[in-house]
Amino acid sequence: MARVIVDVMLKPEILDPQGRAVQGALGRLGLTGVQDVRQGKQFIIDIEGTLEGDRYDLMHTLAEELLSNPVIENYSMRVVDDEQ
Amino acid sequence: MIPRVGVVTFPGSLDDRDAARAVRIAGGEAVALWHGDDDLKKVDAVVLPGGFSYGDYLRCGAIARFAPVMHSIVDAAKGGLPVLGICNGFQILCESHLLPGALTRNDSLHFICRDQQLRIEDTTSMWTADFETGQEILIPLKNGEGGYVADEATLDMLEGEGRVIARYLGLNPNGSRRDIAGIRNERGNVVGLMPHPEHAVEDLTGPTTDGLPFFTSVLNSLVGAS
Repeated sequence: MARVIVDVMLKPEILDPQGRAVQGALGRLGLTGVQDVRQGKQFIIDIEGTLEGDRYDLMHTLAEELLSNPVIENYSMRVVDDEQ
Repeated sequence: MIPRVGVVTFPGSLDDRDAARAVRIAGGEAVALWHGDDDLKKVDAVVLPGGFSYGDYLRCGAIARFAPVMHSIVDAAKGGLPVLGICNGFQILCESHLLPGALTRNDSLHFICRDQQLRIEDTTSMWTADFETGQEILIPLKNGEGGYVADEATLDMLEGEGRVIARYLGLNPNGSRRDIAGIRNERGNVVGLMPHPEHAVEDLTGPTTDGLPFFTSVLNSLVGAS
């Protein structure tokens, strides 16, 4: 089994109101010096067999076209080794 | 000829009935379309209604974009079929890349529900032809993720080509860049609008009837063309 991890973050130039709200809460709870907070998503995908060839390419395409919106988000994808 | 206007129902659509009613009040025939069916039933135009398709999971409109009916609509829209996306429908049009940019979380983080004043900026589209340029209208607005964003080059292109069809007046409700409430594609057949004209088509239930011209515009364009 392969595990694919896709992280999706808003592009730096896109305002992140949720991150800003979290930043405010961190400050109110006593954490000083917080300069910025960005909130994103992580997808953990377990998939049979190994991820290579066409299936690897398709996973990349879907990470870009389904899991993220390239207009406002960047994604990064990595495959972590099987747990056997 | 009475034009047939399809209204798509996705799982989680809320405003499909109001959109169909608006079509009928404007003088058209409303045709129910189903997300899982790629048959457009020979409609002359399509409305993608508001709501929370697929629970807004992943991103608003992101999963609806891949519904079978959307494959047919994207193809037909590229061939000139008039398509109006309202609220969640606007989000779906952006996710489908029929319109540029994206809609993001309101900058206030609040869901905004109020009657909103708009200025109609462009009357060349098939959905705004019955307005006067500069006309000010009042229709309901209700969204949590209505902030229109695009890069500066895209925003400049939209402005330069007159593709901003409506702008918010007064306080910007959601942080939309350049107060943009709605845009159109280059050809003018595809329009996305965040506020809800279908809720402002008769005095009994709406704040005004200012939403009606969106629907009469497309019907008149279709009748005129036939």
